[in-house]
Amino acid sequence: MRPFVYERPTSVSAAIAMASDPDAVRVPPTGASTQFIAGGTNLADYMKLGVARPERLLDLNTLAEPALRQIRIDDDTIRFGALVRMGEAADNNDVRRRCPVLADSLKFAASGQLRNMASLGGNVLQRTRCEYFREISWPCNKRDPGSGCAAMEGSNRQHAVLGTSDACIATYHGDFAQALVALDATVDVEGPRGRRTLAFAKLHKRPGETPDIETDLAADELITAIEVPLARWSTRSRYLKIRDRESYAFALASAAVALDMDGETVRSARIALGGVATVPWRAREAEDALQGKVLDEAAAQAAAEAAFADARPREHNAFKIPLGKRTLVRALLETRDLKG
Amino acid sequence: MNQAAPTPKENQGDPVVRIDARLKVTGQADYPADIVTANVAYGALATSSIARGKVSELHTRDARAVPGVLDIVSYGDMDKTDKPKFGNTGASSIGPLHDKTVFHDGQIVALVVAETFEAAEEAAMLIRADYENERPSASFDSKGVKMEPAAGKSPMFKEDAKAGDFDAAWADATVKIDEKYSTPTQHHNPIELFSTTAIWQGDQLTIHEPSQNVTGWKVELARQLKLDPANVRIVSPYIGGAFGSKGPMTARTAIVAVAARRIGRPVRCVVNRMQAFGTQTYRAETRHRIRMGARKDGRITAFGHEAWEVTSRPDPYVVGGTSATARMYDYGSVLTHVSLVHADRNTPGYMRSPPETPYVYALENAMDEMAVALGMDPVEFRRINEPEKEPIGGKPFSSRSLIKCYDQASDAFGWSKRDPRIGSMRDGDWLVGMGCATAIYPTAAAPCAARVRLTADGEVRVQCGSHEIGTGIRTIAGQMAAERLGVGMDKVSVEMGDSALPPAPVSGGSISTASVCSAVMKACDAIREKLFAAAAGRGAPLAGSGNAKLDLKDEEVVTETGKSAKLADVFKAMQVGALEEYAEFAPKGSSPEALGKLYAGQSEFHGGENDEDSVKYAFGAEFVEVRINSYTREIRVPRIVGAFAAGRIMNTRTARSQLMGGMIWGIGQALHEATETDQRYARYVNRDLQDYLVPVNADIKQVDVILVPEIDHQVNPAGVKGLGELGNVGTAAAVASAVYHATGKRIRDLPIRIDDLID
Ligand SMILES: Cc1cc2nc3c(=O)[nH]c(=O)nc-3n(C[C@H](O)[C@H](O)[C@H](O)COP(=O)(O)OP(=O)(O)OC[C@H]3O[C@@H](n4cnc5c(N)ncnc54)[C@H](O)[C@@H]3O)c2cc1C
Ligand code: SF4
Repeated sequence: MRPFVYERPTSVSAAIAMASDPDAVRVPPTGASTQFIAGGTNLADYMKLGVARPERLLDLNTLAEPALRQIRIDDDTIRFGALVRMGEAADNNDVRRRCPVLADSLKFAASGQLRNMASLGGNVLQRTRCEYFREISWPCNKRDPGSGCAAMEGSNRQHAVLGTSDACIATYHGDFAQALVALDATVDVEGPRGRRTLAFAKLHKRPGETPDIETDLAADELITAIEVPLARWSTRSRYLKIRDRESYAFALASAAVALDMDGETVRSARIALGGVATVPWRAREAEDALQGKVLDEAAAQAAAEAAFADARPREHNAFKIPLGKRTLVRALLETRDLKG
Repeated sequence: MNQAAPTPKENQGDPVVRIDARLKVTGQADYPADIVTANVAYGALATSSIARGKVSELHTRDARAVPGVLDIVSYGDMDKTDKPKFGNTGASSIGPLHDKTVFHDGQIVALVVAETFEAAEEAAMLIRADYENERPSASFDSKGVKMEPAAGKSPMFKEDAKAGDFDAAWADATVKIDEKYSTPTQHHNPIELFSTTAIWQGDQLTIHEPSQNVTGWKVELARQLKLDPANVRIVSPYIGGAFGSKGPMTARTAIVAVAARRIGRPVRCVVNRMQAFGTQTYRAETRHRIRMGARKDGRITAFGHEAWEVTSRPDPYVVGGTSATARMYDYGSVLTHVSLVHADRNTPGYMRSPPETPYVYALENAMDEMAVALGMDPVEFRRINEPEKEPIGGKPFSSRSLIKCYDQASDAFGWSKRDPRIGSMRDGDWLVGMGCATAIYPTAAAPCAARVRLTADGEVRVQCGSHEIGTGIRTIAGQMAAERLGVGMDKVSVEMGDSALPPAPVSGGSISTASVCSAVMKACDAIREKLFAAAAGRGAPLAGSGNAKLDLKDEEVVTETGKSAKLADVFKAMQVGALEEYAEFAPKGSSPEALGKLYAGQSEFHGGENDEDSVKYAFGAEFVEVRINSYTREIRVPRIVGAFAAGRIMNTRTARSQLMGGMIWGIGQALHEATETDQRYARYVNRDLQDYLVPVNADIKQVDVILVPEIDHQVNPAGVKGLGELGNVGTAAAVASAVYHATGKRIRDLPIRIDDLID
């Protein structure tokens, strides 16, 4: 691991001030010389591998603001501070009762040890586990822009079929983000240029021609909170994660589903798909296909077809298209059968 | 007694608690890289990023500039040493720093030594190599691989097994199966990382490194470094998982030793998880073609097993599992052929039941397919083909309890409730499938020495240079001594894992219990004899017991008639404080040099199919239930039952634990484990424990182990068959059979994944 300077700011404003430099607006946070660290479960791993190369780390764990560590639930929102640990949110009974999809997307992620360390802010910003990205001797446009993409013709079973580009097909592996994007969550961001609230759906960027630019954040911007609106669909929600083993594995395909039902009929559906796309993936086409329909197997199937209409497989990941569809069908039917 | 400590049945020993259980679970067991070493410097490897070519230039300037870097060992620096040799004790003949040729991905190009681990790692990452790059061949289907027959390439695989007229029988068979199967590359990934710590004191070299073969390594390392073996000591008291990976020594050991000599300080190199994939051995990927012909009544008349195995360019590592598959059933005629395929890969090596796991997987799959083709119950089909004698040499089995295993396991499993029709069993959205397969493992033993000391106050010390690789051998050796010398386990200490101890064979091939226990027993018996002679001698405590049979119990010498004398009194009568015996055991049929070779670090195996009088195998039967979601097709294994017969069971707790662990591994082999190789570049890509999948707790539900009583006096004096490598044989085929039963899909290539079942 390369040596780095480690600092412990004690407030959000201090952290931002320390991160702020004229270059920060131009470099993606993952390429900046100063980077934030929270649980470190993603960043420290990549530092050891030489993929992340910060010269200075600002530890967010010493920030004093209590709200950063709180989960606040009122009638129509759940608000998570950015430093709330995954495990805490997963085990919170009110979160589970009011919005099961949020709790499950966290509970089915990583392992107990990791969930106790990892923060929600860090979780949504976790970087891909594309094997070629992880190992610095391979060409990789995300790690080393313009060098090529070793995964395109290589071992790409894990890779995405939706939202890919000719430059990069890396999957966004996080689970929690699927629930957030489905539920129209927002993210509170603070930086030297002020505060802003961002639709969660705008946080991540598709790879396009610049897969190294992964988010809408500048290097000196800090996520302080994530807010999820609660509504009629929140309780009838579910996260289904299909993986190679029962626990401690990333999704091959997953679906976050929340349904607002009028009897048998779908008033509105919220759907996101994990394990299959380059960013947290809202499946609007599937939602539209369900609206006003009686939710039976055929309707679920039609929605799944719509969700994957634009999917583009590579050599080893074609199975993700039928698997993704079946995952969505199963998730829809299981969510329908939940009590509203 | 509880589930972890099964009540012993006939010919089964007590479930004595492991001697080192408390140390291990409290973190007090010192693994080799834990040994506190004064003034130690840290080593980190730099490895190649190509699989074939030549290093034209190595750039080390940036690395040397890292503060704290002490030395870099690279090309030229090993010239005064001899190259490694491939064989029992050496993982590969590739001397990575002897030669700038790159034979495989992840080959060592340098060792950096620094004041801290962090500095060493940082500097290692800064080393850059320029290569003359050549197009590598990754595996079977790659251009440029070289194929050759395996027979004769390894002393352990002399010829292809054959019997009768296969061609004629195949032509005549009424029902035929002709199918192809494959198993992937697998890496051992023991939780304890690979490491070497080298300490010089003058000419004396001590190596702390997890090893399954301390005596073999001592001799081999001395050869490479041109030292007198007496000046080399390998110490490895605890091993955090080995599975064969710590059997042969790799090139790293000598490189670290040279580094330590150069800087005049101890050097410790812990290899990171990723680099272990290229610098250690692995299970070779294999391909199989099985042709099986049978009569309508279910009798097999022809069995053909052809196989192909990947190995490195220079080394002919042979998996060669046809020796076992050719002897499994009463085939009528047998034709086998094994080929090696040399590719640009590191040299594969032993991994838990190296030959049997892949080969029996193919055979047992074919058996299941044939049972379906015959419309016959798969258990019945095996019963019909149960042999009296093994088909290749016509020798009897020293014992064979396979059918008993099938009967007991199928009862416990509830096999009779299985509806054989495909897809007929369901539980809500889950398809239920049930399958079974045979497990087999050859029973061998090798020469072994041991020293046992008994003191007047009943303390027993056992010394043997075997290795506690997690199997429980230390406990079992102690149990043997406690039993023979009539003391409690609390009085017994056992020293192992040090080449300064009496030599033991490599801890591989499931030979340890048989070999070590036979040697310990011999030493104990010599002590008994002395004690008995003294106890019954003139004026001694039991004088006059004459020919009455004596025994040792509860620290007393006892007679058949109920008389007894305290151990302390017998020692007093002898006027000694301790009795110590050094014993050498050599299995029946050993060559006259066998014991001499033991001291030279070579293990002469006997048993399996190589003995004159009989063939010797342990057997088992495994039954698996799978559940497959009808929508999303993920495969789960809610329960598995295995029944195993392996001669005398020394300790039902450790035996169960070994077999259970084996079956769990088998589930992993069936559904999870595979090293992915980038076929373009012959490089491994999933080199960490998140991406290299093994089952986690949540994947394993109910695992039942049945220990079937079996008595076999032929195998060895201890009457023990090895079982450490029995449990994981056959499991994957049982899972494949269950998947077929649930879905109608026959998956012949491991691992079986969602990809295979979805459309
Ligand atoms: C073996 C393994 C298995 C895993 N399995 C899963 C899984 O199944 N599902 C899943 O969803 N995840 C999984 N993960 C990922 C895990 O959830 C993430 O590593 C974790 O959530 C990251 O959180 P952290 O606090 O440790 O982030 P860090 O590693 O500290 O930071 C991650 C990134 O976020 C940035 N950052 C952190 N906090 C902020 C903030 N408040 N504002 C701005 N930037 C910030 C950092 O600069 C860094 O770039 C797994 C991880 C591992 C190692
Ligand atoms: S898929 Fe993306 S992350 Fe992976 S190698 Fe290609 S460019 Fe890099």
